[in-house]
Formats: sequence, C-alpha cells, structure tokens
Amino acid sequence: MPEVKIRKSVITIDEIFHEGGPVASVPLRRGAVCTVIENPFAGRYVEEIVGFMDDLKPLGLKMAQDLIVALGGDPTVVEGYGKGAIVGEAGELEHAALWHAPGGYSMRELIPNSKAIVSSTKKVGGPGTRLDIPVTHTNASYVRSHFDAIEVGINDAPRKNEMLVALVMTTGPRIHNRAGGLKAREIKGEDGLR
Amino acid sequence: MTKAKVRKIVTVVEETHKEMGKTISPPTRRAAAIAVIENPFAGRYQEDLEDLMAIGEELGDVLGRRCVEALGIEPRQAESYGKAAMVGENGELEHAAAILHPRLGKPLRAAVEKGAALVPSSKKMGSMGQPLDIPLGHKDAAYVRSHFDGMEVRINDAPRANEIMVAISVTDSGRPLPRVGGLKAEEAKGEDGLR
Repeated sequence: MPEVKIRKSVITIDEIFHEGGPVASVPLRRGAVCTVIENPFAGRYVEEIVGFMDDLKPLGLKMAQDLIVALGGDPTVVEGYGKGAIVGEAGELEHAALWHAPGGYSMRELIPNSKAIVSSTKKVGGPGTRLDIPVTHTNASYVRSHFDAIEVGINDAPRKNEMLVALVMTTGPRIHNRAGGLKAREIKGEDGLR
Repeated sequence: MTKAKVRKIVTVVEETHKEMGKTISPPTRRAAAIAVIENPFAGRYQEDLEDLMAIGEELGDVLGRRCVEALGIEPRQAESYGKAAMVGENGELEHAAAILHPRLGKPLRAAVEKGAALVPSSKKMGSMGQPLDIPLGHKDAAYVRSHFDGMEVRINDAPRANEIMVAISVTDSGRPLPRVGGLKAEEAKGEDGLR
C-alpha cells in the first residue's frame, strides 16, 4: 500500500475561562490536531482500499501523542474525544471511513479508561471547508456534561487530491454544563456507555 | 489576567511539510494566539480609549509569549510577526486600533527579542466565525521578501457582539518555497527595521 504523504499539520488549543457565567477555577481546554495527507485513491475508483488503514496507524498514534503533548503531556487529563475527516473533491466519502480504526484506536491506546466509542463525522469538501467534530466522554458515551463539538478546518486544505484527518480531545465538561443527565462521577465504566 | 476580561484563548500551530510535491525540511511553522475579550465600550461612544490601550499592552505580552511557547523556540529564533483584531458588532473599528497600535508592540517585541520592524497589522468589524487574516512580515527587516505572508484564524463562537478578538502570530520561518527574489533574511542588517 502507498506511504502516507503529509503536507501539513495544524494543532489548535482552546482555553476557555467562561462563557458568560462564573469563571472556571481550572479553564477547560479543547484541542484539535489536523493533518493534511495525499489521498492515494484520488481521481479513480479503487475497490480495495482497506489496507490503507494500517498505513495510517503510525500517523494516528503520532497525532494523538502530539495532541496530548499540546494539552500538557498527561493523557489522564483527557475526558472527551472525537475524530473526523474531510476528503477533497477527487476522492469519495468512503475514503474518510479509512480514518475510523487508525484514528480511534490510537487515542484509546494512549488515553487510560477509554472504553467509549470515539464519536466521528466525515464529509467531502474543498479547501476551507469546516467540519464539526462531535465529542463524547472517553469512558461512557452517555455522560451528558461531556457532549460537545469542536469545529476544525484549514483555509488551504483539503485540495482535491488530499484528505484532512483530525483528532480532537477535551479536558472536561462544557464550561457551564447544567443540563442534567448522567454525570461523569456516576459512571460504571464497564460497557463504554454508562 | 488583570485588565482584559478574557473569555477564551485559542493557540494554533501550523507546520507545512510539503508544498506542490516538494518536501519542506525543516517544515515551516507559524503560530497564532487569539484572545477573546469583553469589549468594555460595546454599545456606547467612548471618547477616551485608554482602557483598550492598556489591554493591548497586556495582550502583547500574553499572546506574544504564548506564540513563542507554542513553537517551542527561544525568543531570538522568531523570524516574523503580525497582529490583528476583529471587533464584534456592538463595538467600533477604532477599538481595534486602540488595542493594536499604541502599546501592544513593545511587549510583543520583548517576547520575540528585538523586533526592529513595524508589526504588520489588520483590523475589521466582524461576527462569530468570520476569518481574520493576520499579515506577517520579518520582525527585524520589513523588506525581507521571503517572509511576507499571512495567517488566517477564526473561532466559530467569537467575536460575540460585545467582544473583541485580538490575535498575534509569530513564525520561525518564511513561506515554504520562497523564490520571488528580493532581500533575503540572511542579508538583512536588521538595524533600521527595513533592510
């Protein structure tokens, strides 16, 4: 299978102090890492594509590690995660699905207590396209305080022969969460859901 | 945080490894730090903009240092810089000017060591999610042609009507494949801020 050709990467860290309510004693941090790679299947229909998932695994691990470092280096601070991909116009939506295993399992390998499925989204789009990546709790998908989303995008990517792959992480609940539901301290952490 | 009422700070680091199929080694890197602050003068005409000038001084330090830290470099390794602000709909363009121009430059220059050149800037009125293009120029010699650039930033939930987005960008490199001639970084004297 083809090697992964990286054109650029962008790491973004949000540090949120408040959103009109009380100022948090510890600011919420939300991080995103986007990597722009060549789409080896652009411009034609290729039936067998699943092998590229293995090629993407080292990249997934590096991105997850880089993002944890940007959040301070301690993987135990990560409480929410998500992933997504934007495929440039010469590709197809199915190519974005190749990010599922390498993106998700890389984060779950590095983040302790990460039984929950990694929420995700995908689309086909041109340079500057924005993608809202859903975020859920790392250990129990139903934790309501941690449902969130992080918008990502790069003004010059993805070009038509490229894909933008992204991982996102948060260090806590929404800044002024007060919509009830399952709380993080109540989870059993057995099935990844509650 | 003292003077500015900061709602959030976003830090971005961008690395370019390839352009037009050519490998960029080491990758060019640029950082931006953006503060979303309350506009103390939203919704009314305020003649004296001293408070915003003080905020500019504070943010020049905070955001300049954040960019350098995010790049993981020594201050002297910074090569270019720029600044920009976007004012939410209840403010006025002059508010951006008060933050950017009187006092923001001095602490920013301290954060990148030296900084003989003018800090290129742009400003606009805008709403949530709008892109803000921060102009970039070499920090010690404005005519260095390889370092003329710009970095687009945006935050989906800012600026709200009563807010201002204040952005600083710092790089440790110029464009990925500079080849339009002009003054080169290694030829610059860096004394007058121009050449």
